Amino acid sequence: MSVPRYWRNQVPRYRLMGDKCKACGARYFPAQPVCTCGSTEFDDYKLSETGEVVTWTVIRSPPAGYERYAPYVVAIIELDDGMRLLSQMVDVDPADVKAGQRVEAVFRKVREDGASGIIQYGYKFRPVVE
Amino acid sequence: MPMYRLSAEEVNRMWGTSGAPVEEKSVVALDEDTVTISVECAKQAVRRAGIDPSLIGAVYVGTESKPYAVKPSGTIVAEAIGATPSVSTADYEFACKAGTEAMQTCIGLVGSGMQKYAMAIGADTAQGRPADALEYTAACGGAAYIFAERSADTVAYLEASYSYVTDTPDFWRRAKEMYPRHGSRFTGEPAYFKHIVGASRGLLQETGYKPEDFKYAVFHQPNTKFPITVARTLGFSVDQINPGLVVGKVGNTYAGSSPVGLAATLDVAGPDERIFMVSYGSGSGSDAFILTTQDALKEKRGGPKLSSFIERKRNVDYATYLRHRGQIIQ
Amino acid sequence: MRRVAVAGLGIVPVKEYWDRSAQDLFAEAAVKAMKDAGTDNVDSVYVANMSGALMQDQVNLGALAAGALGRPGLPSIRVEAGTASGGVAFHEAVKAVASGYSNCVLVGGVEKMSDVLPEYVNTALAMSEEQEYTAYTGVTKAGLSAMLHRLYLDLYAEPAEVGMMAVKGHDHAVGCKHAQYPFRMSIERAMDSPMEADPIHMMECSGVGDGAAALMLVPAGESGIEVAGSAVATDCCSLAARKDPLAFEAVRRAAERAYGMAGVKAGDIDLAEVHDDYTIDGVLSLESLGFAKQGEAAKLVAGNGTDKEGKIPVNTFGGLKARGHPLGATGLYQVAEVALQLRGAAGDHQVPGARVGLAQCMGGVASVAAVNILRRFGA
Repeated sequence: MSVPRYWRNQVPRYRLMGDKCKACGARYFPAQPVCTCGSTEFDDYKLSETGEVVTWTVIRSPPAGYERYAPYVVAIIELDDGMRLLSQMVDVDPADVKAGQRVEAVFRKVREDGASGIIQYGYKFRPVVE
Repeated sequence: MPMYRLSAEEVNRMWGTSGAPVEEKSVVALDEDTVTISVECAKQAVRRAGIDPSLIGAVYVGTESKPYAVKPSGTIVAEAIGATPSVSTADYEFACKAGTEAMQTCIGLVGSGMQKYAMAIGADTAQGRPADALEYTAACGGAAYIFAERSADTVAYLEASYSYVTDTPDFWRRAKEMYPRHGSRFTGEPAYFKHIVGASRGLLQETGYKPEDFKYAVFHQPNTKFPITVARTLGFSVDQINPGLVVGKVGNTYAGSSPVGLAATLDVAGPDERIFMVSYGSGSGSDAFILTTQDALKEKRGGPKLSSFIERKRNVDYATYLRHRGQIIQ
Repeated sequence: MRRVAVAGLGIVPVKEYWDRSAQDLFAEAAVKAMKDAGTDNVDSVYVANMSGALMQDQVNLGALAAGALGRPGLPSIRVEAGTASGGVAFHEAVKAVASGYSNCVLVGGVEKMSDVLPEYVNTALAMSEEQEYTAYTGVTKAGLSAMLHRLYLDLYAEPAEVGMMAVKGHDHAVGCKHAQYPFRMSIERAMDSPMEADPIHMMECSGVGDGAAALMLVPAGESGIEVAGSAVATDCCSLAARKDPLAFEAVRRAAERAYGMAGVKAGDIDLAEVHDDYTIDGVLSLESLGFAKQGEAAKLVAGNGTDKEGKIPVNTFGGLKARGHPLGATGLYQVAEVALQLRGAAGDHQVPGARVGLAQCMGGVASVAAVNILRRFGA
């Protein structure tokens, strides 16, 4: 994994930070360089960290780098601010995942570049702990 | 607190033994490590504190299981909570008292006026040597504290602290080794007990307090027996230490142990109650603290309590435990 | 713009070719196409390939392909649009002839998937997804389709109804010389197979194979098979950001344009080769192409509506599931199969009287789509 590629996506991943068009208010995650309205001016936009499951699957044939973790759940989650994103779901038995389930963002390891490379972190979601 | 548990019963099934220094211990998920635990604790602390994270001037992580030998866990935590770039960070190592070491430094930073807010985290994914006595208890977890100048917004204020340290090789891990080694019974009287008692008596003497002046006491909890024994030796009651005694259910979270015990205590404490906390770290030393709770504690412990994380659990078998601890070569 | 016609086609059977390279397979399909066209007077080449960079460490396939044909020097361009590479390359070739820039274009697609471990194919497919926020989650193409499959089952259909997309494909592949799996597969076999990415079963997923297909395009004469419509469209790459994840907007947009160019509607199409890399993708493609309303395509398939004798014959040689899916070449297999049908040369697979046929392929999770419509004209 390229260090610059990882590094420049740290803040958006660690803090769930997208952007919001100054002209029309459209919000994007990940941040967009050009809005559908044509504007190139954006403010940072912090996404909500709680939401609910829209749909999900269980990945059983993982891509390279994710073998250690299979099988794992990936879901489309609709956050409380209306934004949707794709994310792994953790701390849950795949059989217990349900549409509408309340979930919250957590900071987790995503993959490692072998024993000597950098450790890549990012957001995942788990059932809300009350 | 991670959600997976390995019971003593399951360890005994594996090795044909019959120990039970704790009922069960916490085990990280496949994608958790000391950094992820630290970030979760830090974010909860920031949320409860209700402060702008960019004002946090220091983030210190105390651990003996940092994912990188060279690259601070603290920078990742600081970036994740938005404390960068005006922040100082470093990782502390002093075995199980690394977290309280970080606390001592934060107290100094804030007390001296150098920083407005300083965060200390104690967290570990402790390495338990297979078939060793400590395998039952080497656990995963952590807690984070934000220090500031005492005000109506702080949840507890510190009255005094004292660190008692000698060079005592009771438990150690060489740089390229995966598991620590220890001196077995030597870790008791010359190590754990000597330093906790030394730090406790030293602090009590200096401040003039007696055990009965405290509502609660938190001692480093490597197993269920030691903190009860040391409490009795010092004249503290089981009632005082019980709220903070979580080791039976989650094991010894090493650098997280005393910070977690304190968190369990703060989750139930009322305002204006005095707490005596003494950590222990092999090598060896103890940090003793006296704090008194304030009115703000009640409003600032919203969200899940430690007990929610303790009750959220799923037991795993030994093979799954090895997988979660990265000990199966794939 | 000139009208464009298909002058020739060449298809290589889909299988594992351990002993042959991408250039070998490309050349075989190309030579077949030139023979079929009765001319080798090619003035430009388009090469469709998705994963040569990853699987063979090879880029610059345009130049390599021209060389493989014994014609170094020809203008030769590689086109990549994920698994839509074939259909998109065809579209580019059509424009080259229609514009008058070229007079005899060879467009061929090739993929050599067997050069990498099957486990690695998931990584290759995931490269069509946005890397930092989609692929980073560890999701695979199967996983993305699976989430759509689950939504579809919640709203519209039973698992076995969607599964019939694969069963019908196998039915149509029986006796097909170029199909990778020319045998029937029962719905029970499909539904009993292990989960690939819940709720998609393994036997609902296209396999791994090598292949190449090529066509020759020339200005249309007085009769033959013309390209009646050809369009490419994209959609937002992120499934999470789409208003209606079950609507393949890229397919709908491309189809709308292609239908418009051809002056036809969905109901005028005599047969369709659609992109069923997973059963749900085939089902949703049928809906976005206008062959069924949203939520009704699985029932259409399960109710025999897409059989050879049905209302709209689909995947008449097996589709991606049974004929095979050599990634970048797939789109050209589809067009070649439509051309065979319109020529009346489809043998046991023939749709009687086929006059207008449609080929649709997609890349990523329907983030790019190509729709090409062929029509028999003249005598």
